[in-house]
Amino acid sequence: MALLETIDITKVFGGLTAVNKVNFKLEPGQIVSIIGPNGAGKTTFFNTLTGIYSPDGGEINFNGRSLLKLRPDQIAARGISRTFQNIRLFGEMSVIENILVGMHVHLRQSPIATLLHLKGFKNEEAEAENKAVELMHYVGLRGVGNELAKNLPYGAQRRLEIARALAADPLLLLLDEPAAGMNPQETEDVTKLFRSIRDDRGTTILLIEHDMRVVMNISEHIIVMDYGEKIAEGTPAEIRSNPRVIEAYLGRGAVAGQHEEKLS
Amino acid sequence: MISMTIRQLFEQINRGYWPYAIILAHIVLGTAMVYSTPRSSIAFLVLITSFFSLYYFKADIRFKIIVGAILALIVIPIVGVRNIFYLEVIFQVCVFAALALGLNIVVGFAGLLDLGYVAFYAVGAYLWAFFGSQQFYVLHFAPGTQPSNLPFLLPGDAFYLFLFLAIIVAAFTGILLGLPVLRLRGDYLAIVTLGFGEVIRVLANNLDKPLNFTNGPQGITPIQRPTMPETVVEWFNNVFGGMIGHKASTADLYNVMFYFFALMVIIVIIFVTRRVDDSKIGRAWTAVREDETAAIAMGIPLVRMKLAAFALGASFAGVMGVLLAASRTFISPESFSFMQSIGVLSMVILGGSGSIPGAILGAATVTLLNLQILQGFSLYLSELRQSDAVIPLINFAWRDLSTQLDPAKYQRLLFGLILILMMIFRPGGLIPAKRRKRRLASDQATAEQ
Ligand SMILES: Nc1ncnc2c1ncn2[C@@H]1O[C@H](COP(=O)(O)OP(=O)(O)OP(=O)(O)O)[C@@H](O)[C@H]1O
Ligand SMILES: [Mg+2]
Repeated sequence: MALLETIDITKVFGGLTAVNKVNFKLEPGQIVSIIGPNGAGKTTFFNTLTGIYSPDGGEINFNGRSLLKLRPDQIAARGISRTFQNIRLFGEMSVIENILVGMHVHLRQSPIATLLHLKGFKNEEAEAENKAVELMHYVGLRGVGNELAKNLPYGAQRRLEIARALAADPLLLLLDEPAAGMNPQETEDVTKLFRSIRDDRGTTILLIEHDMRVVMNISEHIIVMDYGEKIAEGTPAEIRSNPRVIEAYLGRGAVAGQHEEKLS
Repeated sequence: MISMTIRQLFEQINRGYWPYAIILAHIVLGTAMVYSTPRSSIAFLVLITSFFSLYYFKADIRFKIIVGAILALIVIPIVGVRNIFYLEVIFQVCVFAALALGLNIVVGFAGLLDLGYVAFYAVGAYLWAFFGSQQFYVLHFAPGTQPSNLPFLLPGDAFYLFLFLAIIVAAFTGILLGLPVLRLRGDYLAIVTLGFGEVIRVLANNLDKPLNFTNGPQGITPIQRPTMPETVVEWFNNVFGGMIGHKASTADLYNVMFYFFALMVIIVIIFVTRRVDDSKIGRAWTAVREDETAAIAMGIPLVRMKLAAFALGASFAGVMGVLLAASRTFISPESFSFMQSIGVLSMVILGGSGSIPGAILGAATVTLLNLQILQGFSLYLSELRQSDAVIPLINFAWRDLSTQLDPAKYQRLLFGLILILMMIFRPGGLIPAKRRKRRLASDQATAEQ
């Protein structure tokens, strides 16, 4: 059974249909990329999946249940975590605290136990802290647990966002342009990280990415969006040679040779 | 440059045995000054600021706790009974410190701008004012027309029960207000809470008909206090009488008692605030304040967390309301004006939004400025007016100084100045909030390799 399925999902802003009847299935354990030109509606698609926008039509099923009518925090609690295109960390909180916030849905902490520091509370906090440090190391950050998130360099902030998203133990991880602004070395490192997240933890990954090296290297399946519509999907090889994709990226009348350069 | 050298000097003396000597010297000096000049506000300020040296200088925590306890539990009551005005000032500092701590949860932790915070204070105050007075039997009388021999509804000792009831009632009011308005952001929330604060005040003003719940603008009086056994008064006079110089009356001891209650409430508030701040709720509040969208995407239920902040902050104010009603034995809508809300807000901002010691320092500073410095200055000016003194060079007789110029009335100017100056020079406040550093043993071990 598909982990995530959208049926005719649509989101309209005024006169602009940002996401137009997108049908889409995601099998568990896959790494799938969404590509498309600027303004194609990729981020808006993520925002409808996570409940930040409520869709104007269509259906979203996750893990066998509908996500419509759920609040974003309820959707997160069902197992969808995400990162943001323009990094959204809690800047005035430490690195560890950012990750601990990601664990919010899993921490019990009754009011009584919190006030009296009962054993259950203390154990849970200590465990959460250890797990947070492990996650921090896992994404490649070391010795910065007490730094404020806003003081980290750019690449480290991107990694911290991933750690924070992983802290919720999600079934599905949504990454919005995770390699944007990174140099080739960093890009290669995070690409490896994504693959190991899937391999180690079995997390299904759906990512939006403009960097074709990442996309072609990592994806088992690719979705192409343009003007809010899904215009193509398939394996990296299929997408590379799909004429509609070439048209979307290079405009009508583009010659075959030019797109090869851009897409490969 | 100058601030650098001051800091260096401070660091020079803030080590070894120096801090102990300075703290003790400060306390002894303050106490001696208060003793020798019992009416001087400078002497009083010297004594009160010894709490700040106790906070700022590095010393063993046990030393700080013991000295602080002696200062708060023994020295202050003695000095306070000698000059009851001092005790009144300290009580007000405590009340406002508690209010500032409560508002700090809403504004500082959760980042919700609440401009009507004293509404919850009013709820607590009127709760005890109604049940702890004769008001229940006045329901059918217009204000001022009730017979004088009405009974009291409850015994004065029900006060203790109402301290706890106020927590629940104020928290419930907070949730009731929060439910519809917490979906609003920023400015809109500020406006609605401002309106709510005014609504409560107007209700208090007008709920004297058709049923007379609040006695309108005249306010409710007398409000009962818990009983004070005669033996306590005797005991106090036996032990401390010599140091005070006159026999303490029951009224004096009531002041001491309410000061102790206020102190206790503050300690509980600090304890609760710290525990909550160090849990997933505290982290969720900070996350919501930093970035709502990211917070909800991490699974934080926004409205529930904001309601929790509102309810907790409100409950602190509610308790203080009960305390105020009982200590004053009189309550009227005037005590819960918009200016009070702004005053508490300026305390939080002055001290440092989100900072517990900051809220206390802010409350102390603003209250002392108001009660001691502005009023002292007013007094000084009016003395000058009555004298024949003349300002030399410009040949201006103090006598001609307009009586409009009464610094004690410049509270609003003071709040405004505080807010503006803090925004410009120290947006983090006098004692900016700090994130707790964690030990993170496993992280350090690997980082050092
Ligand atoms: N909140 C909003 N209100 C109005 N229009 C919006 C809103 N969010 C997005 N849009 C519009 O919807 C369209 C799709 O935007 P979206 O951000 O989803 O594109 P994208 O594919 O993520 O592009 P990029 O690659 O630049 O990130 C754009 O035309 C954008 O201007
Ligand atoms: Mg986008």
